[in-house]
Amino acid sequence: MPTVKGDGMRGLAVFISDIRNCKSKEAEIKRINKELANIRSKFKGDKTLDGYQKKKYVCKLLFIFLLGHDIDFGHMEAVNLLSSNRYTEKQIGYLFISVLIGANNDLMKLVIQAIRNDLAGRNPIHITLALQCVANIGSREMAEGLSVDIPKLLVSGDTIDSVKQSAALTLLRLLRSSPDSIPMGEWMSRIIHLLNDQHMGVVTAAASLIENLVKKNPEEYKGCVSLAVSRLSRIVTSSYTDLQDYTYYFVPAPWLSVKLLRLLQNYPPPEDPAVKTRLSECLETILNKAQEPPKSKKVQHSNAKNAVLFEAINLIIHMDSDPNLLVRACNQLGQFLQHRETNLRYLALESMCLLATSEFSHEAVKKHQETVITALKTERDVSVRQRAVDLLYAMCDRTNAEEIVGEMLEYLESADYSIREEMVLKVAILAEKYAVDYTWYVDVILNLIRIAGDYVSEEVWYRVIQIVINRDDVQGYAAKTVFEALQAPACHENMVKVGGYILGEFGNLIAGDPRSGSAVQFQLLHSKYHLCSPATRGLLLSAYIKFINLFPEIKHIIQDVLRSDNNMRNADVELQQRSIEYLQLSSITTADVLATVLEEMPPFPERESSILAKLKKKKPSSVPEGSEQKETTASKIPAVQMSNNVDIAPPTSINLMSQADELVSFSEAPPPSVFTFDSGPAPSAGGQSITLQGFDVGESSTDDFVDQGSPQGGSASVDLLGLGSPTQPTAPSVGSGGLLDMFDTLTSHSSAPATNGIDLGGLSGGAEEAFRKFICKNNGVLFENDLLQIGVKSEYREDLGRLWVFYGNKTTFQLNAFLVDVSTPGNLSESLSIQQKPVGGEVEAGAQVKQQFNMACVQEFAEAPVMTIQFLYSGAQQKISLKLPVVLNKYITPAEMDANTFFTRWKALNSPSQECQQIIKATSPIDHEQVKAKLIGFSVSVLEKVDPNAENFVSAGILYTRNQQVGILLRLEPNKQAQMYRLTVRASRDKVAKILCDLMQTQL
Amino acid sequence: MHFGHDEKQKLIEEVHAVVTVRDAKHTNFVKFRNFKIVYRRYAGLYFCICVDVSDNNLAYLEAIHNSIEVLNDYFHNVCELDLIFNFHKVYSVVDEMFLAGEIRETRQTKVLKQLLMLSSLE
Repeated sequence: MPTVKGDGMRGLAVFISDIRNCKSKEAEIKRINKELANIRSKFKGDKTLDGYQKKKYVCKLLFIFLLGHDIDFGHMEAVNLLSSNRYTEKQIGYLFISVLIGANNDLMKLVIQAIRNDLAGRNPIHITLALQCVANIGSREMAEGLSVDIPKLLVSGDTIDSVKQSAALTLLRLLRSSPDSIPMGEWMSRIIHLLNDQHMGVVTAAASLIENLVKKNPEEYKGCVSLAVSRLSRIVTSSYTDLQDYTYYFVPAPWLSVKLLRLLQNYPPPEDPAVKTRLSECLETILNKAQEPPKSKKVQHSNAKNAVLFEAINLIIHMDSDPNLLVRACNQLGQFLQHRETNLRYLALESMCLLATSEFSHEAVKKHQETVITALKTERDVSVRQRAVDLLYAMCDRTNAEEIVGEMLEYLESADYSIREEMVLKVAILAEKYAVDYTWYVDVILNLIRIAGDYVSEEVWYRVIQIVINRDDVQGYAAKTVFEALQAPACHENMVKVGGYILGEFGNLIAGDPRSGSAVQFQLLHSKYHLCSPATRGLLLSAYIKFINLFPEIKHIIQDVLRSDNNMRNADVELQQRSIEYLQLSSITTADVLATVLEEMPPFPERESSILAKLKKKKPSSVPEGSEQKETTASKIPAVQMSNNVDIAPPTSINLMSQADELVSFSEAPPPSVFTFDSGPAPSAGGQSITLQGFDVGESSTDDFVDQGSPQGGSASVDLLGLGSPTQPTAPSVGSGGLLDMFDTLTSHSSAPATNGIDLGGLSGGAEEAFRKFICKNNGVLFENDLLQIGVKSEYREDLGRLWVFYGNKTTFQLNAFLVDVSTPGNLSESLSIQQKPVGGEVEAGAQVKQQFNMACVQEFAEAPVMTIQFLYSGAQQKISLKLPVVLNKYITPAEMDANTFFTRWKALNSPSQECQQIIKATSPIDHEQVKAKLIGFSVSVLEKVDPNAENFVSAGILYTRNQQVGILLRLEPNKQAQMYRLTVRASRDKVAKILCDLMQTQL
Repeated sequence: MHFGHDEKQKLIEEVHAVVTVRDAKHTNFVKFRNFKIVYRRYAGLYFCICVDVSDNNLAYLEAIHNSIEVLNDYFHNVCELDLIFNFHKVYSVVDEMFLAGEIRETRQTKVLKQLLMLSSLE
């Protein structure tokens, strides 16, 4: 038995020996139970138990607890020990409480009282024990009970140094666990001066507390910058002689240096030139010392020295202002990349990742590319290889992308499972970001699927499809490549998905070659069909119906497949429904309708890569890339911002059905427009069963579609929809109308396919909602993110409008290559002429630039122009797509008229094509004044005493277009009980009523 | 951060599982949940500190060694048994050097002086 120091508790030592000598678990438990029984009887019976015995038994209980056994008594005895005046008894009491008593224990009130007594006493040893207990438990109750005592100890003149140290850290603990319980007071202003304390231990403890306070309120404590710099300077230059004891293996006060360097990372570079110079000297001295020969061969020496060095480099990166220091830091880390210590190689890779994002050191980092690739291939520790991947990703740019992506792909074949998915995302992002030649991009992604198919998430294959759809120069190549890839006997299911989708869209581009003719393509796809999951089969079925359009010659083969029991009577309702609907669609419709319905997918609007969003979500702290890095180094990507981008446009066949819907509702061939599903009105609660039928299209409403009632042909979807009663089109919720009920019964498992994540949105986050806000107003903020605020002001006069867009740069950097492009989806350009004044190539930090648009309305239009803003921020390309808030009602001028005139005109406009009526569910309580304001904002008059029912609104206006003037009459009947509106619009020109009705209904 | 008894046991097992499988060629740092563990091995014993991801790895690695040197002095060539039989004193040593999860005191002579003073008390 080893000697027990000082006041040996012999009984304890004997007990521990006994336990250690137990040969089996059972024997141990037996011994413990015997001891527990003994202690229990002692605590119960013997009233004359002295302090020593209590201490001994409490300590035994603690030991038993630490062995992993439950302890359900002895707490009171431990609390009793707190009032002992003997150090050893008090210590054991506090220890037992710290380790065993939870924050919510009933005894806590007694414990806090005992602590308060000790804090108020004059014995520094007792004060320290009490503080340690508070710091170890740190409960809210303690914070509330001791919120005055502890700060007082910290700044009081007669507190001894070691108590101050404990008080500082105890306060820190309480501030962390219950910040609102600590009253701010005079102590706060004095706290930064602890950095000047003579005693280095006090400074060490206080530095942690101050950093915590600074993080919450940097402005209030900014005086600490100069104090920290001067303290650091005295340590680094060793001009202080009392450092002797704080020197650890020849390194002066390494831990304090690290804390001070971290504290400074909460502030921008010092403004005061003298402080700034002094700090630069410190950092240079630290870099210089790294080059000096080591003063000791011990690893402790190099670790301590490098701890300070790495923290100095972190500060240099944080300030990101001195190119010389950044490049020196990079060279230093470069040496570490080949160091024999794994720790140093790892940390060098990690720090270099940050350096790669600074414009000053990016090139310097790139010099080490070969070494990093070697690390990726040879490091034994997977976490080091992971860092190498991160660094390669961060240092990648257009000049080295092909090589880096190639190396990463090669490594992927043997990469650890734990990092594969992330590598796949990174490769996919790099390939897209730096692709000059999109055939290369397609190759990379298909390789990814081939090498690591299981790790290719949906986002990755959605993205390749979006890109192929949007770039017609690569479609033929993509079709050929997937066709070849599908030849492989064992093909990953993700490959089948991509292959099915791409051949369904672009199979015709390679069908000229008999080796990849239509029937061959179909057979190839269909040979995979039976091995695939239902979701993939659904996708293949959509590809088949597209084939029917592309290749009429194999229509009968495909129809046979659709008709087979395996599909038409499949247990999976989704597959069954697709088979039936597609079969009907292909049998009933004319070739023209089929061709329109199954038209090639329109381009996807540009948006942030879904993959990047996924990577951010997966690893919020390590997306080292251009502008994102700036945020992530401070690890401040707000959760909301991330979730905005999560469910991103997986392209699916569903789009095709929504086009069918549009086709029918606008009785003319639809413009091949960018068709966006609003993210707003199609909540996931709406369920897939609705989406499948194309109901949540936002722009076209179901009841209107039913009212118009004379669709061409007898397309399948019309038959399905014909039963509809007026439902509320913008916010379908399950069970809100007959249509939905009907589909619920058709697809009883409506929630299952919803996990496929159908969403065809295309604009930047929130764009649709912002756009809608402008329907009834002319000025406001259209868009805002961390970089940019976009405001809009507009005025209209008859058929002419002027609109100013204000781009405000919110960052502290110049935005370069600032480009604004306005496109007019479909045939909008024939209806709306837009003239755009140029805007400068740069937006200075904090500045705002203005751009004017002149717009003339030629004839009625339903779509809005799409504005795409592109710029470089810190070298990273940013893109924002927004709908320009130009809507038809802006060109209305209000008209006044009496009841007689109104009703005469109302009756005159009686043809079905001149009227549009919608029943709308109120989104907010119906308020007469608010509705009136909306109507005025909508640019129509509000006519009093026209409608016999005073609750109803009657409005009139004239729509000015270049071609003609159109009379507009509007009637709005609120039903407060039902919280519904009936909105009727009549217009003297066909289609106008419907467009206006659609616009107005979004506002109610 | 507060953990119940069962959670603590689970934590210990998890930490044990991630740390003990690593070999000498690996780094002394390992990702753990949303944190990282900095550890150092002395014969059969691993000393681990769990810190924030952004904390300075080498500083904590040396903080471990610094406290081991203190234990070594305090127990005159410390061995595993010293730590077991005097577990309550080990807590005192730790509280002297770390508090509230932060480094409190780093100067060995000062810590030892304080500990010896405490040992002389009853």
